Amino acid sequence: MAAAAAGPGPGSGPGDSPEGPEAEAPERRRKAHGMLKLYYGLSEGEAAGRPAGPDPLDPTDLNGAHFDPEVYLDKVCLRGVRVGGPGPGYIALPHHPSDFVAGLRRECPLAQLMDSETDMVRQIRALDSDMQTLVYENYNKFISATDTIRKMKNDFRKMEDEMDRLATNMAVITDFSARISATLQDRHERITKLAGVHALLRKLQFLFELPSRLTKCVELGAYGQAVRYQGRARAVLQQYQHLPSFRAIQDDCQVITARLAQQLRQRFREGGSGAPEQAECVELLLALGEPAEELCEEFLAHARGRLEEELRSLEAELGPSPPAPDVLEFTDRGGSGFVGGLCQVAAAYQELFAAQGPAGAERLAAFARELGGRYFALVERRLAQEQGGGDNSLLVRALDRFHRRLRAPGALLAAAGLAEAATEIVERVARERLGHHLQGLRAAFLGCLTDVRQALAAPRLAGKEGPGLAELLANVASSILSHIKASLAAVHLFTAKEVSFSNKPYFRGEFCSQGVREGLIVGFIRSMCQTAQSFCDSPGEKGGATPPALLLLLSRLCLDYETATISYVLTLTDEQFLVQDQSPVTPVSTLCAEARETARRLLTHYVKVQGLVISQMLRKSVETRDWLSTLEPRNVRAVMKRVVEDTTAIDVQVGLLYEEGVRKAQSSDSSKRTFSVYSSSRQQGRYAPSYTPSAPMDTNLLSNIQKLFSERIDVFSPVEFNKVSVLTGIIKISLKTLLECVRLRTFGRFGLQQVQVDCHFLQLYLWRFVADEELVHLLLDEVVASAALRCPDPVPMEPSVVEVICERG
Amino acid sequence: MSHVKARALTPQTAETDAIRFLVGTQSLKYDNQIHIIDFDDENNIISKNVLLHQVGEIWHISASPADRGVLATCYNNTSDSKVLTCAAVWRMPKELEPGSHESPDDSSSTAHTLELLCHLDNTAHGSMACVAWEPTGDGKKVISLADNHILLWDLQESSSQAVLASSASLEGKGQLKFTSGRWSPHHNCTQVATANDTAVRGWDTRSMSQIYCIENAHGQLVRDLDFNPNKQYYLASCGDDCKVKFWDTRNVTEPVKTLEEHSHWVWSVRYNHSHDQLVLTGSSDSRVILSNMVSISSEPFGHLVDDDDLSDQEERRPEEKSQEPPQDSVIATYEEHEDSVYAVDWSSADPWLFASLSYDGRLVINRVPRALKYHILL
Repeated sequence: MAAAAAGPGPGSGPGDSPEGPEAEAPERRRKAHGMLKLYYGLSEGEAAGRPAGPDPLDPTDLNGAHFDPEVYLDKVCLRGVRVGGPGPGYIALPHHPSDFVAGLRRECPLAQLMDSETDMVRQIRALDSDMQTLVYENYNKFISATDTIRKMKNDFRKMEDEMDRLATNMAVITDFSARISATLQDRHERITKLAGVHALLRKLQFLFELPSRLTKCVELGAYGQAVRYQGRARAVLQQYQHLPSFRAIQDDCQVITARLAQQLRQRFREGGSGAPEQAECVELLLALGEPAEELCEEFLAHARGRLEEELRSLEAELGPSPPAPDVLEFTDRGGSGFVGGLCQVAAAYQELFAAQGPAGAERLAAFARELGGRYFALVERRLAQEQGGGDNSLLVRALDRFHRRLRAPGALLAAAGLAEAATEIVERVARERLGHHLQGLRAAFLGCLTDVRQALAAPRLAGKEGPGLAELLANVASSILSHIKASLAAVHLFTAKEVSFSNKPYFRGEFCSQGVREGLIVGFIRSMCQTAQSFCDSPGEKGGATPPALLLLLSRLCLDYETATISYVLTLTDEQFLVQDQSPVTPVSTLCAEARETARRLLTHYVKVQGLVISQMLRKSVETRDWLSTLEPRNVRAVMKRVVEDTTAIDVQVGLLYEEGVRKAQSSDSSKRTFSVYSSSRQQGRYAPSYTPSAPMDTNLLSNIQKLFSERIDVFSPVEFNKVSVLTGIIKISLKTLLECVRLRTFGRFGLQQVQVDCHFLQLYLWRFVADEELVHLLLDEVVASAALRCPDPVPMEPSVVEVICERG
Repeated sequence: MSHVKARALTPQTAETDAIRFLVGTQSLKYDNQIHIIDFDDENNIISKNVLLHQVGEIWHISASPADRGVLATCYNNTSDSKVLTCAAVWRMPKELEPGSHESPDDSSSTAHTLELLCHLDNTAHGSMACVAWEPTGDGKKVISLADNHILLWDLQESSSQAVLASSASLEGKGQLKFTSGRWSPHHNCTQVATANDTAVRGWDTRSMSQIYCIENAHGQLVRDLDFNPNKQYYLASCGDDCKVKFWDTRNVTEPVKTLEEHSHWVWSVRYNHSHDQLVLTGSSDSRVILSNMVSISSEPFGHLVDDDDLSDQEERRPEEKSQEPPQDSVIATYEEHEDSVYAVDWSSADPWLFASLSYDGRLVINRVPRALKYHILL
């Protein structure tokens, strides 16, 4: 701002000085400055032929604003612009007030015009006075500035003179200095020479004293010092050996050095002093220029001796006679003893024989490989002893130590592949552990089954209620689940973050997905299904080696697995072992389908076994009786009561584990209705054949028609997972057997009546178990009809009598 | 014959031209009959002749392999308080024998009577379960099973007299009862197989001693047996455990193969007489199942013979090469029956034809599917 104001200042005369209005309010100052700018801008614009004039955006055109800051006039101005068009309207405003006035006149009423006129006059006056004060203020400032500049001009002139004087003085000083150095040059050279001679003399003295010093060093055992001396002198002696005096020194030195080397080797061979000192010996020997190759060999041979000692002690611990220390201690000992030793050897070797290049490194790698291999063999033997044990945490910790210890030599000796071999061992152990756990789970499952068998067998002996099936099922399920969880937890130790090998690709990927998920969990569930299925095709079909209740329980177990447990266990596994591997895994649905299939087969087998039990009872009862000469029935035969009892027992048993299931809807009061339908149909001959011998044709026709409309009964059809379906299956099998057996016999009149009574009894009690009671009707009707056909003298019993007998029990 | 029950069915074994089956009825109230069913393959017409069998209801029927007119039945003889199953050998009237083609329509109306040749006297041995003829002999030897006895008869003087040649009996605890028996066509017809309860036994007819025994051949009662006509040690059995099992009698511990296609007891199993991979079974689930047991058939896989004569089948060969060896499979399940099927058998004249008989008296004649027939033949 100051520059802008000062720039035009001197050019446009003393009338406009920016100085002055410090005391005024900033707003006023601003206004004044604006006016000033306006003033210059206008004069510039006029001088340049108003080039910026037409541009309404030019800052100098902010006339309206500065013309009068009042809002009112702003408005007027804008109007003016609008009326007069852009450009000329703006510029014209101050120069052609007539236009402006004309604009006002056109727009405003007279009174307002008068007001604005007075207002304008007032403003013009105020502006005039403002201008005057400004001119005065700035004039004063300008005058004082001119004075200051004048004074400065005088001061500079004085300063110039002084500087000239300073330059002359400096020239004189330089001159003098040059003269002094020239005078001193001579002496300086001499001093330098003397210093050189002095150093040389000291070196010579060192050389002459060398033999005695060396001897002293050797005597004192300061081998390092001796070697350092020898090293320093060797080159010089070499160079000047043609001079006799030096020759003598050299010879002396050589003798001493040889002795020194001898002693060093001696110490090296004695070897007992441990690796660091040995390393020092080797270092000194190398410095004495002994052949490195030979030293390498010797060094490694010594190291081997020590490491083998360690290995032997480890092996001794493995031996069968002393109680083996626990595996953690073993690996610890191996880690600190052998691995530590190997590390030291390797480090020292690399430091000492770095100059040997790849051949030396190869020699070391081979050395480490061989000893490492022996160490690994020992460790594996020890780990193998651990396989049977149950405690994973100790094993994992031991493996962790083992692996961790081997990382150091692994890094030192990448070529020996120790770390890789260690990782491999760890992986192998992990795999074996997985197998071990799978075996454990299987054994646990079989153990559960044995327990269940015992529990199932026991209560019958005791004669009272043992634990219920539901309870047994819950026990088995929870016990297996807890075993699975325990195994997962045990195996999970292998992947814990703090374990050094858990970030190996095997443990992050394959171990989790293929090992734990597929191998352990999926493998176990599969083997469980297989074990369960094996009960279905047991050869002892007739003997029924498997108790039916066990079949039922297993079937429910598998079904529960299908509905919940499998997905739960797999989710648990996936969560615990964040499986990152992309390899394909068995989907939950496949496993569930397998479990469901197993459950279905078991249940179907259960139905078959139970059906067979009842069938055998019925068959024996039909086959062994002499139906021709039987007496008039007075009672329901005991075997039928037994059948009903057994069926009820089965119903209770199944009801413990399976839901009721869907029945075909029947109208109210089923028991009564069934009964009436059954008997009335007999009387009317609508469904069942009538036994009047006069109409055999009708009977057959009717039964055939009936068959046409009823669905084919699949006797051994697959069952659904509910109680009703199971019992329907069992009853179907039993009644079909009854039918086939009846067809093979010939009945007397009373024999037929007995069958009639029996069937009615079954009818009374069995309908409630099945899904569709029509089925029971149909089969029993067919039994009675067949019996009637197999009777030469078919006289059926009165239905009312049948009812009475049945009700009597 | 829809109102009559029936269980007994046999092809007329000695007849090799006409397709003819014999069916015996079971009725306690009426005279029982033997129906001779003729099937005219060309015109697809079934005709029948009826023979009266007045002595009782027929439980088993078998035709002589040597004489077309001779057959044996097991029938129930019911007196007031006792049922005894007897067996007898019969001759049909001459005019009903094939060759003398008189109008079948007349004969069906006028029933002929069987001529009794001889009784197989079983008063001492109990109820007859079945009669089996010596398969390839001159029709002079017959085996019958009565309760726990196995009886070998010599039919003498043109079958007018039956002499008990030898017998053996099964001893053991409980009431042992033979259910079924077959005479092996191999080993010079010296072997017979019987079934009782869950066991299958082989007998030597010369010494009447047991050769082998398959204990627990089935989980439950064994219902029927049949010998493979081409493989001498192979035997099929079926039973109440809904299974059909195939045995090698040299190794009785394990079945060679097990089929589990039926949903109830299997009552009858029959090998096809010429192509033993075709096995027919009938069951009380009212189904008849025809299975193709290629893996244990005497006919080799994939027609190895074709490799030798390349003459005119050259273009067929690549296809056959590419084919997988065929698997054992169910060829067809026939569901025409509405009651239990107790008997199935192949025709003795046409190897591609078989009949099945259900309890309600329905006889169904079926053919092996044409595609399979050509596959086997070509």
